Amino acid sequence: MEHPILFISLILEKLGLPIPHGPIGNGFLEKLCEPYMTYTWFVMIFLVVVGKLTLGNIEMIPGKGQNFWELAIGGMHDFFDANMGSELTEKLFPMIATFALYIAVANLIGLIPGFMSPTSSINTTLALTIIVWVTHHIIGIRAHGASYIKHFLGPIPVLIPLMFPIELISNIARLLSLSIRLFGNIMAKETLLGILFMLAGAYFAPLPIMLLGVLVSLVQAMVFVLLTVVYFGQANEHAH
Amino acid sequence: MESNALMLGLVCIGAGLSIGLAGLGAGIGIGNVGQGATMGLARNPEVQPKLMVFMILGMALAESCAIYGLVVSLILLYANPLIG
Repeated sequence: MEHPILFISLILEKLGLPIPHGPIGNGFLEKLCEPYMTYTWFVMIFLVVVGKLTLGNIEMIPGKGQNFWELAIGGMHDFFDANMGSELTEKLFPMIATFALYIAVANLIGLIPGFMSPTSSINTTLALTIIVWVTHHIIGIRAHGASYIKHFLGPIPVLIPLMFPIELISNIARLLSLSIRLFGNIMAKETLLGILFMLAGAYFAPLPIMLLGVLVSLVQAMVFVLLTVVYFGQANEHAH
Repeated sequence: MESNALMLGLVCIGAGLSIGLAGLGAGIGIGNVGQGATMGLARNPEVQPKLMVFMILGMALAESCAIYGLVVSLILLYANPLIG
């Protein structure tokens, strides 16, 4: 779950702050200094600084940095447009795009020795998932009002006592599956990298796993965002 | 003491079997999804963006079974209600 050397933790330890030695700290300050918290701040600072540096002033004829962002943001915008409708995209684009960028960077940053993916902690992924889950219910209730419950009743009125609990459980299971998919994949990557690094780091043993890790990171970020978009789209459209 | 060690061993076997068998089924399922998507793509290459969404969605749904297995094995190992 953790790389052997986490440089932010080492710096904080030199500064005299308490560093938890297990996955969970004891006091409030120790909880704040947990590796996934500090690396979450790191990713946030990274995204803000890179955005400022590459996108200082928007020009009519884009330079290198602006080209990249136009491609990334425009691609995401078209993708959301195609999958959940333009109305929802206008409302929720900032949130989902932020999730996409954050998850992608957070997954990829764990591949560098000395860094750790914040998403390899269940707390981070569960927090993201709870935001998505609550938001998709809010979208459904906004769009349909009280008849939103028809989404959970199935197609045939006679089968309602059977279908309602099943639909309810499968809806709550979204919380579980969405968070643990991201957590499990990234934690597996981190653990494998850590073990191979300890075992034969001098012979570049983690290198092939790092290559696979790039793929896994990007694909898992895409899967999370795609499922988010699909859930939002499903909550918004009529029950069938 | 001895029965406790036996129980720990059985819990470890159960955790391994749980994620192992779940991963077996999910692997077969994801393989089927990929096969179907590739065959559809070979027949009709224009549908690629639309097909990609359905392929990843199907893979995610097939994968969620493995995730439930992972949850069970993590609960068995780290939050077992039967071991005090």
